[in-house]
Amino acid sequence: MGSRFLQTLRLGLKSLLLHKLRSGLAILGIFIGVTAVIWLVAMGEGVSYQAQQQIKDLGANNIIVRSAKPPSDVTRGGGFVIAYGLLRDDYDRIVSNVPTLLQAVPMREIRKEIRYMDKVSDARIVGCTAKYLDINNLRVERGRFLSDKDLEEANNVAVIGNKAAATLFPYEDPRGKFIQIEDQFYTVIGQTASKTPSAGIGGSLSAQDYNNDIYIPLTTLRWRIGDMVITARSGSREGEQVELSQITVTVRDIDQVDQTSEIIESLLRKSHPNGDYAIVVPKELLRQAEILQMMFNLLLILIAGIALLVGGIGIMNIMLATVTERTREIGIRRALGAKQSDIVSQFLSETVVLSATGGALGVFFGFLVNPVISGTRYTFGRLFPDILAAIPDNIRDLEPRIAAWSVIAAFLISVAVGVLFGLYPARRAAKMDPIEALRHE
Amino acid sequence: MKLAARVVDVRKDYVLKGGIVVRALRGVSIDFPEGDFVAIMGHSGSGKSTLLNLLGCLDRASDGQYILGGQDVSQLNDDELSGIRCRYLGFIFQSYNLIPQLTVVENIELPLYYQGNNSLAAKARCVELARMVGLGDRLDHRPFQLSGGQQQRVAIARALVNNPHVILADEPTGNLDSATGEEIMQMLEALNGAGKTIIMVTHEPDIAARAHRTIRMRDGLLETHSPASALS
Repeated sequence: MGSRFLQTLRLGLKSLLLHKLRSGLAILGIFIGVTAVIWLVAMGEGVSYQAQQQIKDLGANNIIVRSAKPPSDVTRGGGFVIAYGLLRDDYDRIVSNVPTLLQAVPMREIRKEIRYMDKVSDARIVGCTAKYLDINNLRVERGRFLSDKDLEEANNVAVIGNKAAATLFPYEDPRGKFIQIEDQFYTVIGQTASKTPSAGIGGSLSAQDYNNDIYIPLTTLRWRIGDMVITARSGSREGEQVELSQITVTVRDIDQVDQTSEIIESLLRKSHPNGDYAIVVPKELLRQAEILQMMFNLLLILIAGIALLVGGIGIMNIMLATVTERTREIGIRRALGAKQSDIVSQFLSETVVLSATGGALGVFFGFLVNPVISGTRYTFGRLFPDILAAIPDNIRDLEPRIAAWSVIAAFLISVAVGVLFGLYPARRAAKMDPIEALRHE
Repeated sequence: MKLAARVVDVRKDYVLKGGIVVRALRGVSIDFPEGDFVAIMGHSGSGKSTLLNLLGCLDRASDGQYILGGQDVSQLNDDELSGIRCRYLGFIFQSYNLIPQLTVVENIELPLYYQGNNSLAAKARCVELARMVGLGDRLDHRPFQLSGGQQQRVAIARALVNNPHVILADEPTGNLDSATGEEIMQMLEALNGAGKTIIMVTHEPDIAARAHRTIRMRDGLLETHSPASALS
């Protein structure tokens, strides 16, 4: 039985090889369909993986409370200084009033110029606590991170990001060196490892590049730099007074996230009637991203399905032509004792050989999605650098991720398409009257 | 005397579009003893092809009985008829009807393939038959690489491969020149001499004369029937 199947397959292959161009064209349809499925799904997965990774970085157990600049007419304070955002009192209130809280990490960020000898770098100064390291999945490459003692004593110490270190200390170990922020000097005690920047995710969370950060104790920032930031701009001066930029609240269990964020919301609403804060729930973002991915995948499957349908119609068309052309052969085979089912399996095996070959080729080319994308990006970058630069980062830097399920599904569907679209021509062949078929010229 | 095949009062009606009924066979009864060599003659439309198709189990009679090798095959279904064709019948056609993409041996093997027999012994038998018809040196040739006479010899080998009860030949020399036709007829005579039952349709009287007896048909009925009594 097995060898009979192989023989049917071999005969099918032989007949197909008689018409190489025709068979090739039939294969092409399925091949393009399968490649399209794998490529589209891979790109979709790449995009959503990027987004989900960034959200996961924020931590699903976390609730991020950020200061947000309110519309200019509803600010605290007077004159040219706008005071807004989270207060140290808010932090205390959250810590003492939220029962589900595991930890809360306050943070203040300011953009400043950093100097070391003759080198200058524009960096983000992050005033934070020791826990900031873990909560952002940062790693220390050299030295150590800020300690609780540094905070207590408001030491003039700094931990610098990977890129900032490369700018300021291209040939030196930064540890023990002094960097200057405004008129103050800080001892570098450590350096963090490189981390992929996260793109902005809705709300008030903007893109964050941790590599260019300078971390100093929150207490030090308060005493040495202060809450006020004055920017002089074309004759006018603007000031912002912000106590805390962000409080990251972590809860024990992911189920407590929604409830806790409501408690925080009600706490803050009282003292911030002008709404100068925003609460970002990564878990919520993650769910939205997953829903988005599902819709995206559905759309891709639809497109790919249409591609395979077109391929299947191509195969059917060619098989119908083949059946008509081989009417006499069918008559001969029937006269020599072929049952209708023998004729069906003969022509069906030919379509399956066609579609499976197309499917296999499609899978092979499907795996080439990464080199093809990066090659295209490179060529495009060489020819039209301006256009490439104008494309948003997360599209330009897209790394397609091949989904195993899409490869398996695409191949199986291609074979199924062969069977489905081969069945009609094969049955038509089998149903022919042998006498008529023998008479066919 | 044992009968290879027997038809009893077979009728065949075709209903054309528009409801017109064509009576192709209007009650034909013939006995074919084993070892018979019969020529069926008649004008086109006389029903000789219809009769041959019925004998070849390619079609079913509207009425009447067909007994092949002791088995009544008149009421069998399509699959069963396919089984009968590949086990008990051998076909030789006017236009050879070899399958172009298959080699000589593969063409000969075809009836065995549909019997589900693809043993090495079967393969050996095909090669042996190819040698017997004088094509031992062309086993892997394709039909288009052979002359008409050679193709017909492949067809004869194919008709013999399943050791059939009856060999049905439809104008076996119709496409051949007289010298080659003569070769084929000698081959058929030799087979008949070895005991094979052959039923042949032809319109050439000198070809028909090579058979033991001739059946003439007209308008779906037997016209003359030279008796089989000469045979024994």
